[in-house]
Amino acid sequence: MIETLNFLIFDNLIYILAIVLGVILTVAYLTYFERKVIAFMHVRMGPNRVGPWGLLQPFADVVKLLTKEIIFPKNANKFLFLIAPIITLATAFAAWAVVPFADGMVLADINAGLVYILAMTSLGVYGVIIAGWASNSKYALLGALRSAAQIVSYEIAMGFALVGVLVAAGTLNLSDIVRAQEGGIVHWYMWPLLPLFVIYYISGVAETNRAPFDVAEGESEIVAGFHVEYSGAAFALFFLGEYANMIIISALTAIMFLGGWYSPVSGDSWIAQPSIFWFLAKTSIFLYAFFWLRATLPRFRYDQIMRLGWKVFIPITIAWIMVVAVLKVYNIGPWWN
Amino acid sequence: MTKIFKYLKSLTLNEIRKGMVMTQKYFFKRKFTVRYPEEKTPKSPRFRGLHALRRYPNGEERCIACKLCEAVCPAAAITIDSDVREDGSRRTTKYEIDLFKCIYCGFCEESCPVDSIVETDIHEYHFESKGKNVMTKEQLLAVGDMYEEQIAESKQQDAKYR
Repeated sequence: MIETLNFLIFDNLIYILAIVLGVILTVAYLTYFERKVIAFMHVRMGPNRVGPWGLLQPFADVVKLLTKEIIFPKNANKFLFLIAPIITLATAFAAWAVVPFADGMVLADINAGLVYILAMTSLGVYGVIIAGWASNSKYALLGALRSAAQIVSYEIAMGFALVGVLVAAGTLNLSDIVRAQEGGIVHWYMWPLLPLFVIYYISGVAETNRAPFDVAEGESEIVAGFHVEYSGAAFALFFLGEYANMIIISALTAIMFLGGWYSPVSGDSWIAQPSIFWFLAKTSIFLYAFFWLRATLPRFRYDQIMRLGWKVFIPITIAWIMVVAVLKVYNIGPWWN
Repeated sequence: MTKIFKYLKSLTLNEIRKGMVMTQKYFFKRKFTVRYPEEKTPKSPRFRGLHALRRYPNGEERCIACKLCEAVCPAAAITIDSDVREDGSRRTTKYEIDLFKCIYCGFCEESCPVDSIVETDIHEYHFESKGKNVMTKEQLLAVGDMYEEQIAESKQQDAKYR
């Protein structure tokens, strides 16, 4: 009894704290990184005033956001208004529980990891809808409806892409999915599942409401979308949730298609050793791509987003699941272990 | 047929790849930003900033209270009162410029027959309380005394174009 308690409190609590603090710090510096990357692509300098090279900018932002007043709109439902950002944030953080950082380095090594991830990332949409409705503002409501429709649509393409991974790996456990990709870059699922890989990442971008799929925020149309009435700490929670979701999408892409913690080369040399650094490096590449896309592409029109999701992504993913099944059953290609 | 070909081509995401290569190129380009307080862009000798009243090398103020600047000022920012000094010359007793009214057009400087009122290239100044926006004659003369060398140099550089 004591031992179980000990294990529950000390071991797990420390892991949870490490993950949560790690994610929060990463989010803080992700905002800095985003501003720098986009500024550089605009041939600007980006934040460079607070601290050396602007490195303390995230802390200045945090202090600013936390000291601001939380304004409640008139006739808004206070309870729902406050619970919405918490839902967004909680689901974004909860998804981290099953993410394997390295071999055995996972908080909850559950068998239905993939399903759990799908459930958690989809639950985030409730935060958006509740926020939009509770704000008692037409812009927020419109933004929430757009966002909800978009997330639900892309959820399907995303789910089908994950079915491809499931077929290939034959397991829902994320650690086992990574283990199935052992043995250098040719064994990564990005090759047999290339269309699914691309579609998963693009759906991830749409799912997190990031540019070029950010019609939910669409500054030029509906001010800021579902979080237009939020300020101060409540807004900061939405912000945190959005960026935590970005990180998790990048991490999952790395895990499911790029072999998680495995090195791109196989062999016995030091560079071929599997480690958390490979996982972090792969995740960073996709995080960079988020900003790169944002700096490159203009915002999609709403009907274009819907067309892309329903008429392009879903047929392609369904067709490719068949292809993957055939490849897997007849063991075609060099990528199956 | 071309439609199908076009559709298949769009699936390669080639256009997006082109765009992303372009933005990545710009990522490595030299940045144009001037980090303002540390770096400053060069200023023309004709730059029209804070006003100053100049003196002759012997210390005599140049202004003869002809009031041409007051007359030409499109914003009516200049107020001049004049009187006869003990030595019998006409001098200003009051020379004030309201910097909130002033539009920095430089007409006062151009109209001045004795090059007394000038606009220096100082543009970093501020007021901390109400009423400080009106520059008095003493303040204007003080600015002129402090930056005489610089003003003279700018005038010299620009003289051949006038």
